[in-house]
Amino acid sequence: MVRIVSLALLMAAWFIGSQLAGPRMLPDPQAVALMIVEEARSGALAFNLGATLARVAVAFALAMALGSALGLAMGRYRIVDRLGDPWLVVLLNLPALVIIVLAYVWAGLTETAAIAAVALNKLPIATVTVREGARSLDRGLDEMAQVFGMSAWTRMRHIVLPQLAPYLAAAARSGLSLVWKIVLIVELLGRPNGVGFEIGVAFQLFDVTKILTYALAFVAVMLVIETFLVQPLERHVSRWRPKAA
Amino acid sequence: MSRAGALKRLKVDVRQKSFQSASGGTLHVIRGLAFSLQSGEVGALVGPSGCGKTTLLRIIAGLDPDYEGSVALPDHGRLGFVFQEPRLLPWRTLEQNVRLAAPGASDATLTALFHTLGLETHRNLFPGELSLGLARRVALARALAVEPDLLLLDEPFVSLDDALAARLREELAELVSFRPVTTLLVTHNIDEAIGLADRLFLLSESPAHVLAEVPIPRPRVKRSAADLATLRAEIAGKLSQA
Repeated sequence: MVRIVSLALLMAAWFIGSQLAGPRMLPDPQAVALMIVEEARSGALAFNLGATLARVAVAFALAMALGSALGLAMGRYRIVDRLGDPWLVVLLNLPALVIIVLAYVWAGLTETAAIAAVALNKLPIATVTVREGARSLDRGLDEMAQVFGMSAWTRMRHIVLPQLAPYLAAAARSGLSLVWKIVLIVELLGRPNGVGFEIGVAFQLFDVTKILTYALAFVAVMLVIETFLVQPLERHVSRWRPKAA
Repeated sequence: MSRAGALKRLKVDVRQKSFQSASGGTLHVIRGLAFSLQSGEVGALVGPSGCGKTTLLRIIAGLDPDYEGSVALPDHGRLGFVFQEPRLLPWRTLEQNVRLAAPGASDATLTALFHTLGLETHRNLFPGELSLGLARRVALARALAVEPDLLLLDEPFVSLDDALAARLREELAELVSFRPVTTLLVTHNIDEAIGLADRLFLLSESPAHVLAEVPIPRPRVKRSAADLATLRAEIAGKLSQA
């Protein structure tokens, strides 16, 4: 209920703002809604959303998989941590734009370069988060597993992953939003389709309606993913925790 | 660690075990500690707190390879370990906790175990929903479900109230006599040791070694209160001589 009121207030503010600033600077909600319908009818919306979503999915999966593996290894083995740490600091502090530009310069304006650049931006953050989790793994449970001769697979699935779950969830949460923002920049700079490309074109034409159309459509998609995928998954993983009061 | 073939008993000989303290010194925890247990026997290590009993159990379980000496486990060397704290997986149900440690255990075995330990109705609960007493029972069920060749118990009834500890002790005694398993129990409670063990090993202050070995006459059930009192006095005497 509070959420709906809050959302209604936002819409009202938008409407008033558009009346004050004029349709060229800020089109009213109705104009954007019409544009969304129009783009959806022509198929352009689905095509561009799909292209962006695919890039987000691949880059996200790649960064999470590699970042988690690396973070786990760094958290568990001192030598890996010492070897990897300087690289991690460099990657963490390299601006996203530098990585993207270098990737395009070295690998050309290709899909591979685009996805690699996004994944490389997200990778160090996932690594750092999961490393923190791996450092706090319970040694008592490790010993228990060793004494009872549990297999490597059993240990990973039933002992390590449940302990890392909150860290993986945190990495995924922050990662998803970061990845989609960087994908837009990658598309703006060197891809012929996707939400970022469309927004680049709209920028050159000063078409604020179109910018808002694509931005809002994609935010809606991410909201759906968050509500129907991330949150239920989190609830399932933490079902054993006593409910908070 | 050496393992002779066709060995049915536990043979422990730890010549020396020491830790590096934070200040750089060396702390000798165990020196010249040797004993052995026959197949199916229940042994109890009794000694003051902090004398290195837990360290010794960890060495026997293979969790601490950094020592001088040798440990020969009974054949096959399948271990059941009840840690001082239950060490259950909080994100798995009781039944899953037991099954993960003992994937080969049959449904019948588990049902019988859960029944004896009064856990049948709790099978699908998570460890966070249990009292400490119940969690201890689950840890015991897990250690027995693997049908171990050697059962190690590290103060399994500590911080339970007396009545509950006594009941769990009886249940354990029943389970162990039902299917004999070589068992080594660590405790600082002499009554607990007398109640469960066939053989007591009295340990010294750190660095630990065996002060005396006290065989306890069988069968356990026939011991009168007077017998127990005599035994207790005898053990107390031996401990004070040291």
